[in-house]
Amino acid sequence: MSALSDQLVTFAILAYLVAMISHAVEYALGNARKVAVAAPARELVGAGVGGPGGTVEEPATPATAAATRAERSAARAALAGRIAAWITALAAALHLGAVVTRGIAAERMPWGNMYEFVLTVTWIGAAAWLVVLWKQPSLRRLGLFLTLVMVLLLAFAELKLYVQVVPLMPALQSYWFIIHVSTIIFASGIFLLGVVPAVAYLMRAGWERGKRSFPYTLARRLPAAAGLERLTFTLHAFAFPIFTFAVIAGAIWAEAAWGRAWGWDPKETWAFISWVVYAGYLHARATPSVKRNVATWIAVVGFLTMLMNLFGVNFFFTGLHSYAGVN
Amino acid sequence: MTTVDDRPAAPPAGAPRRRVNPALALLRNSWRQLTSMRTALILLFLLAIAAIPGSVLPQRGVNPEKVNEYFVDHPDLAPRLDQIGMFEVFGSVWFSAIYLLLFTSLVGCILPRARDHVRALRMRPPAAPKRLERLPQHAVLEAPAAADPEAIAAVLRRRRWRVTVRGNEVSAEKGYLKETGNLLFHVSLVAVLLGVALGSWYGWHGNRILVSGADNAFCNTRQQYAEASLGPRVDSADLPPFCLTLDKFEADYLASGQASRYWATVRVDQPDGSTRTAGFSVNSPLRLGSANVYLLGNGYAPILKYTDKYGRTQTSTAPFLRTGDANATEEGVAAFPDANVDPKTGQRAADQQVAFDGLYLPTAPDSAPFVASQFPAERNPAVVLAAYRGNLGLDAGIPGSVYQLDQRQISSGKLKQIGDKKLGLGEKWTLDDGSTLEFVGTQPYITISVRHAPGQTMMLVACATLLLGLMGSLFARRRRVWFRVTPPASGSPTSGSSLVEAGGLPRTEHPGFADEFAQLVAAVGDDGRDDQRAREGDE
Ligand code: HEM
Repeated sequence: MSALSDQLVTFAILAYLVAMISHAVEYALGNARKVAVAAPARELVGAGVGGPGGTVEEPATPATAAATRAERSAARAALAGRIAAWITALAAALHLGAVVTRGIAAERMPWGNMYEFVLTVTWIGAAAWLVVLWKQPSLRRLGLFLTLVMVLLLAFAELKLYVQVVPLMPALQSYWFIIHVSTIIFASGIFLLGVVPAVAYLMRAGWERGKRSFPYTLARRLPAAAGLERLTFTLHAFAFPIFTFAVIAGAIWAEAAWGRAWGWDPKETWAFISWVVYAGYLHARATPSVKRNVATWIAVVGFLTMLMNLFGVNFFFTGLHSYAGVN
Repeated sequence: MTTVDDRPAAPPAGAPRRRVNPALALLRNSWRQLTSMRTALILLFLLAIAAIPGSVLPQRGVNPEKVNEYFVDHPDLAPRLDQIGMFEVFGSVWFSAIYLLLFTSLVGCILPRARDHVRALRMRPPAAPKRLERLPQHAVLEAPAAADPEAIAAVLRRRRWRVTVRGNEVSAEKGYLKETGNLLFHVSLVAVLLGVALGSWYGWHGNRILVSGADNAFCNTRQQYAEASLGPRVDSADLPPFCLTLDKFEADYLASGQASRYWATVRVDQPDGSTRTAGFSVNSPLRLGSANVYLLGNGYAPILKYTDKYGRTQTSTAPFLRTGDANATEEGVAAFPDANVDPKTGQRAADQQVAFDGLYLPTAPDSAPFVASQFPAERNPAVVLAAYRGNLGLDAGIPGSVYQLDQRQISSGKLKQIGDKKLGLGEKWTLDDGSTLEFVGTQPYITISVRHAPGQTMMLVACATLLLGLMGSLFARRRRVWFRVTPPASGSPTSGSSLVEAGGLPRTEHPGFADEFAQLVAAVGDDGRDDQRAREGDE
């Protein structure tokens, strides 16, 4: 079972990689909004499949020819994007399989160490992304960044964090383990997804303000800034109460396990920092005098503090939370 | 407590009566600054940044040994860091200053908002603006089913809008929960802080080792703790007088050596004189009402029997402490300061004291080197000890560790090593002067923390309301709608052709508002029959 899980992870990484490439093709080919206006999706599939050299056409006037060409490449872009989305869904299914088989192999919830933690958080991020995509197909181009993040994180987990399946130590055998860790993972997954539109927004907003230097040029074909910003907020507003609950659950558990609800252990300290930073983001977003890009930067910083808690604290500090399984 | 008090403000009493008192103006301005959202944001960030050194540098409250190590490793830097409270970040003046300012700002923000909100709750939704078509949502209904204001109001009320009718106008508002939730959230934050304060003033805790057996029982007094801390409002005499005896400690291990279960069984002698037996473990503390007992660790105390050269026998069951490896290798000291007292004179010879230090291995390897245990359970217990004779330095008045010999005595030659040996269970070692040491067995011990934390219930309740408030605040949406009924133009023959104009205004970001508005208008259009149908469909 555990070997199966490992294989599924590898396949999931490959699938995300293929999805990423497909998104990149979409990105390179054209502008989504033009496509949406140009023709309904069904017909575009046919146009894309036709492939290069499939039809011979007589150029009428240069203008219409250019228009047709643009339309055609836009159609291909849309096709590539849709394929990317489906492959992402496939990857997420494999990914889920990896998580579940890992849990079956360990005979417990698969959240006992950092490897399993990252595996599950990324899955939450991917699954939540599919939900977002379902509701707002126009944001599909963000998939390029999301799949990139998936590939990087999963590959890192495979290469650097991997540990064999072992049972839980007594300190973790509590139903609070499930409550605390599952909510932490869920919130982290949503925050992970949230940082994608946040960064995309920062680039896109720069582009829309007329910046044409390096990172901003990447945003040329991203969805409009306002939509990205709204998605960023929605995701963070959704994740924050869950994160708050998770931290409270952690405190309740800590009281039972270690005799104190809050002891400023490094992981607790960083959870506090993340909480404060995200609270700051929500405040900043609600304050009209704070610019939206400043607020969004705060969300990005919030995510960095989460990363610090996951990687930094597990690698650099020793605390009571030494369950990561890395030394 | 507020910053306002700290301001070097002129005394208001004697100040001349002018229209604008500059001191007051300054006060008012600083207060306004302090309670502004921008200041709150900055303080939030300061708080986050101020917490960072607390995770990077060792903290006394978390790990005092690490702090001492830091002092040894950085002799120049450490005292300077200590001066600015870097080893007690979360109790330091600057950290406290930040969160006190933040909470002052918070209170200053909540109070006026609570007042406004109560007022808004009492007020009727405001009258319709003159031109409804200027609102973000607007619709005109011709000859709707609900054509008079009361009928429209009824439709709205069914959908739980707060409604008021003024003449031919209906005003309605919904989503007060947003502000209610927000206030609840912020008030809860203050309550959490109060809970923390309560806990630190009236709480106490102590840590110690409890070796099994009736001889090693412990009673809850301050002296009996290796380390104790009492809140400023707690006196030693306030500690509830109960006693604990460790009857049994069980630990199960997997083949890999990882522990899978711990269970401690203790006898509790309660203050009222009754006695009961109770079990507890990691994750399920012993709750005594007046205090909770937490299982933090465990180990073995080797029973060592020393027979001195005069034939008198003493026994030590000093706990050996874990060295931190996975297989429960322990190290410690067994000291016999009363060894070699001449039975004739009854005189204690200060240079004839005896002590042993070294390792305890629950599962010793079959062959040398005997430096580490192979498994955490006792499969082949052995001690590896060095013997010392001389002056242990216990009378010097300098408190030493009971887990370590006084190294100064050894380096000054007052305490001499006289051999070392590995002893299996039941084995005896005869020293150069004919005295013997026997390794008789072990007693399990547990490390416990006993704690009374009075603010905790309050914090828990506050956390629950905090979450509720947070959700209301994030997910509720405030919005207003208005309906204006224009009666049929005079002279019109039909009665049902009155005109209804509707307008809607989302007061907070609300992407779904257009849909909601459209549904509402549709419902008014057919007098809420949609509602009824939907409800019947549900049944
Ligand atoms: C004050 C209470 C607590 C807080 C604020 C807290 C905070 C956190 C945070 C923020 C994470 C996710 C980030 C990360 O893992 O890097 C986390 C993960 C975790 N926590 Fe806690 N925690 C608390 C109590 C506990 C307790 C009592 C236990 C177990 C005895 C525990 C076990 C874990 C585990 C197993 C993980 C995930 C695995 C891992 O990071 O390696 N936590 N906690």
